[in-house]
Amino acid sequence: MVYLTRKIEFSASHLYHNPAFSAEENRRVFGKCNNPHGHGHNYVLEVTVAGEPDPATGMVLDLKELKEILQREVTDRMDHRFLNYEVAELSGQIPTCENIAKVIWQLLEPKITRGELHRVRLYETPDLFVDCFGDKSGAVASTGPTPE
Amino acid sequence: MKLHLTRRYRFAASHRLHTVHLGEKENRRVYGKCNNPYGHGHNYVVEIAVSGPVNPATGMIANLGDLDAFVEDAVIEPFDHKYLNVDVDAFREHVPTAENICIEIFNRVREFPHAKLERVRVEETSLNSFEYTGEPELFSAGSTSRSDRDVQLKS
Repeated sequence: MVYLTRKIEFSASHLYHNPAFSAEENRRVFGKCNNPHGHGHNYVLEVTVAGEPDPATGMVLDLKELKEILQREVTDRMDHRFLNYEVAELSGQIPTCENIAKVIWQLLEPKITRGELHRVRLYETPDLFVDCFGDKSGAVASTGPTPE
Repeated sequence: MKLHLTRRYRFAASHRLHTVHLGEKENRRVYGKCNNPYGHGHNYVVEIAVSGPVNPATGMIANLGDLDAFVEDAVIEPFDHKYLNVDVDAFREHVPTAENICIEIFNRVREFPHAKLERVRVEETSLNSFEYTGEPELFSAGSTSRSDRDVQLKS
């Protein structure tokens, strides 16, 4: 099995607010992230696909194809957007790193037709990231490089 | 689908690699420059990975404020700007290799009450990193065998 990882970046804004909480509770639970006008991050996304290289091409999947999938499913949808209001898949959810990674996994998994989606790693900052694995995965795969 | 949340922390500390199980000459052979009697230091980076259900009300596996406060108390405050061999009790007994630092940090952070600790990764320098996921055989091993393990790894 070979693991292929492609990295992209996108920039977006968000805010954390649960309408079921009081104003005071929102501030206590979410802190600075509760600022009603939002704030933003440069997100870094690493997508890892696992598979056997095709003997004819030597490729797990065509990187160009993966690049197009990431552009269509992630960049076009999330880059330079306010995640709370402009990304339908996040509607009704707090756009934490956990929930964004989960949505990205759900968007990508059905689109990866060669090899298998192994891991989605989303960095909100260089010091905070979420890994999303499929249920079959061992989920303790070694960490990849960290952007600095 | 499984989610792991990982947070990176930093501390700066000094240490000396030296084991009472070996003589002076053997220590020098096994640990090389790291056996310098006056010690030396590193800027350590620690990655803490936790898992658990995402709370639908907050969208979080664990509140980062809670995790940061726990790691600060359990690891950063006791390790930062310290001489590990002397200032941290565990390393009076065990050689403070990055392997053992990983295990010690894992044992401290596994007490975090709000999520399950999955992995500790320690970067001793930008070129060397170590990961520990809490294999049961290392927990059940006595303290002596852990020190022996250091020697086997380094020799």
